[in-house]
Amino acid sequence: MKSSKKDFIAEAEELIEEAERLLIEIQETCRSSINPDTLNALFRTIHTIKGISGLFGFKDVADFSHAFESLLDDLRLGRLQVSEDLVRFLFSNNDALKKVIEDIEADREHDVSEHLQKIESYRNAATGSGAARGADDIQGRVDASILKVLSEYEEYRLKTNIKEGRGIYLCRAVFSLTDFDRLLGELTGLIKSQGEQISTLPTAADLPPDSIGFNLLFGSEKSPEELAPVLKLPVDELVRRRTEAPAPAAPKMPEASIKSASTYVRVDIEKLDRILNTIGELNLARSATNRIAVEMMDTFGHTPLVVDIFKISQTFERKISDLKEQVLEIRMIPIGQIFSRLGQVIRRYSRETGKQIELALYGEDTQIDKFLAEEIVDPLMHIVRNALDHGIEAPEERKRAGKNEAGSIVLKAFQRGNHVVIEARDDGAGIDVLEVRRKAEEKGLLVPGTEVSRRELLDFIFMPGFSTKTEVSEISGRGVGMDVVKEKLSTLGGVVEVETEQGKGTVFTLTVPITLAILKALIVRVGTERFAIPLTSISESLLIEYRDIRTIEGKEVYNLRGEMLPIVSIGGLFGFERSASDRSYAVVVGYGERRLGLFVDELIGQHEVVIKSLGGYFKGLRGFAGAAEIGRHEVILVIDVETIIEESLTRQRAMRHV
Amino acid sequence: MKSILIVEDSATTRAMIKTVLEDMGEDVATFEANTGFEALKLLPLERFDLIITDINMPDVNGLELINFVKSNPHYRHIPIVIVTTERSNEDRERGMALGASAYVTKPFGTEEFQDVISKTLNP
Repeated sequence: MKSSKKDFIAEAEELIEEAERLLIEIQETCRSSINPDTLNALFRTIHTIKGISGLFGFKDVADFSHAFESLLDDLRLGRLQVSEDLVRFLFSNNDALKKVIEDIEADREHDVSEHLQKIESYRNAATGSGAARGADDIQGRVDASILKVLSEYEEYRLKTNIKEGRGIYLCRAVFSLTDFDRLLGELTGLIKSQGEQISTLPTAADLPPDSIGFNLLFGSEKSPEELAPVLKLPVDELVRRRTEAPAPAAPKMPEASIKSASTYVRVDIEKLDRILNTIGELNLARSATNRIAVEMMDTFGHTPLVVDIFKISQTFERKISDLKEQVLEIRMIPIGQIFSRLGQVIRRYSRETGKQIELALYGEDTQIDKFLAEEIVDPLMHIVRNALDHGIEAPEERKRAGKNEAGSIVLKAFQRGNHVVIEARDDGAGIDVLEVRRKAEEKGLLVPGTEVSRRELLDFIFMPGFSTKTEVSEISGRGVGMDVVKEKLSTLGGVVEVETEQGKGTVFTLTVPITLAILKALIVRVGTERFAIPLTSISESLLIEYRDIRTIEGKEVYNLRGEMLPIVSIGGLFGFERSASDRSYAVVVGYGERRLGLFVDELIGQHEVVIKSLGGYFKGLRGFAGAAEIGRHEVILVIDVETIIEESLTRQRAMRHV
Repeated sequence: MKSILIVEDSATTRAMIKTVLEDMGEDVATFEANTGFEALKLLPLERFDLIITDINMPDVNGLELINFVKSNPHYRHIPIVIVTTERSNEDRERGMALGASAYVTKPFGTEEFQDVISKTLNP
């Protein structure tokens, strides 16, 4: 992709997300009254999209956002009345705009003419009610020298304020050129606490050259006597407020600063990866320094020079580790960003189907690697869609079951050790375990009558081609199953688990590492090959005598402090011969009931590795999470623990027919 | 060398205008302001030969900026070019009435833009 196109898409996506956020705010208040600042901010956001798309030469986006902007302009200028129907229409246009951007990114064909037409006919059907500009209700009441510099929008806000019975005031402030920035900011803050600021008019007339004056036009429900002490400035009353029947006050929103206080820069995550690679290489150089120091010590003893080299090597180690931490921190985003996208889907679904959904979010500030966050969006989306579609019942059905008519979805994120845990909980019908069993037997995945635990039964929903609903629905359809969710999580070094109670609801728990970029791994030797096992999945390592291994129901197990630990030889899995000694190291991987001992020939040591995807030829290779460089251009394979646990446990269970 | 102040709330549009100006072959120095308010802060710091401004901006809008420049003896001589959309033609007319020298309608072609700028800079 050309970098200018990439820039455009990154910026446009960010703007559309912002528009979505503003639309949600508008939707939530549209029954009472809309904050003009929010509406104006939405208008400005779409305006900016139009600006950049025109400049980058994406004519379709420019045309579309232009029409969209006109629609919003009508709304902000009072030519269109706010209604739930209109808000729905705005949402659908924002979604469509997003889709066009996605099409551009993927080089897909797209056509915006239909959207343009829809907006056109909506505007034609609804406009005409707005006040014409320059109408006499303000002429003669507000000074012409002020009126002539108001933009159309400001003029409309002025009229609205008059219509709603607020007083219109003008206050004049003179500041020194050196600090008017700060002082004007303070003053507008005060004005906004008392009403709506309509216009900021700078003036230089009759002033010393090192100063600047501002005429601030604002509307307020307060009297001039109430305002003057707050603003600490004389206030001119241009239009008297209507005191007899004050219009209901618009709810005060937390005011957003208009000045961009942002100190953010956008960085392509690839660039951060490159820095991490460099850090990895630095680390290798550091180890080499250490090795040289050891060799020198053997040769020359503890001379001051040798001790110095040691010290430097240690400083290197600390600083490199700091540097790594800092870079990893840059990659982190709050998971709330992902949640808000899911919230969008849920709200839209609720709008489209009439199923009421209450969404609760917890732990939105939990930090997660940007890359991982993007990777888990789709799986999470799938889980949420499933909950909406199959989990949460229709309102009547819920009523009959004695539940609140509105279904509830709770998304919760928290950190546990080096992992982020995300829970998606619904209070729907739950999963029918007996139905799962029937289905598994029907599909030949389970021999009828086999004794399996509830947990193992539930695991069937993650098997390819398994679905308990026969018809494919609009929402959770698209041919993606829970198996894809599981596979995705597995490639990320994570797991997905499900817990359910019939009639009460279902909880899906996704556990992913906080970051994939650098991980600590245990380097092991099997036969002549070396492999890396991510430290996050290792609980311990043991030295086991072969004679302590028992075979139970065809499984090799070891009695680990009273519990049966299934044992698998990595050499066996990958076709190496078992070494001829009578004992072997076992690395215990996995958690809870999904634990496994992996036989290896030697434990070499811990290393920090940057995992690279295998890509190309080796993509389909099961059992490996990727490759990592461990110094002197030596590349070793990283074992995909989840897949190996999976394969071994199902293989040994002897209930798989596929 | 000509000093030009670009007042526009979209960073991308500013960058684009800057590129088009630099491609004109004239020796120009460009200054950028995000809003009319930011422009007010820059005005006393530099002797500008031209101001290019959008109308629709948060805080101090383009019309207010034009009014300020044109009513101030220190800045009155600086020509102003309005860059705005065709929909806001009323705003544009107000801007012209307040003393702007020319306007360009977004989206504009490079040559059209350069033409307007060079006529304004060298009347």
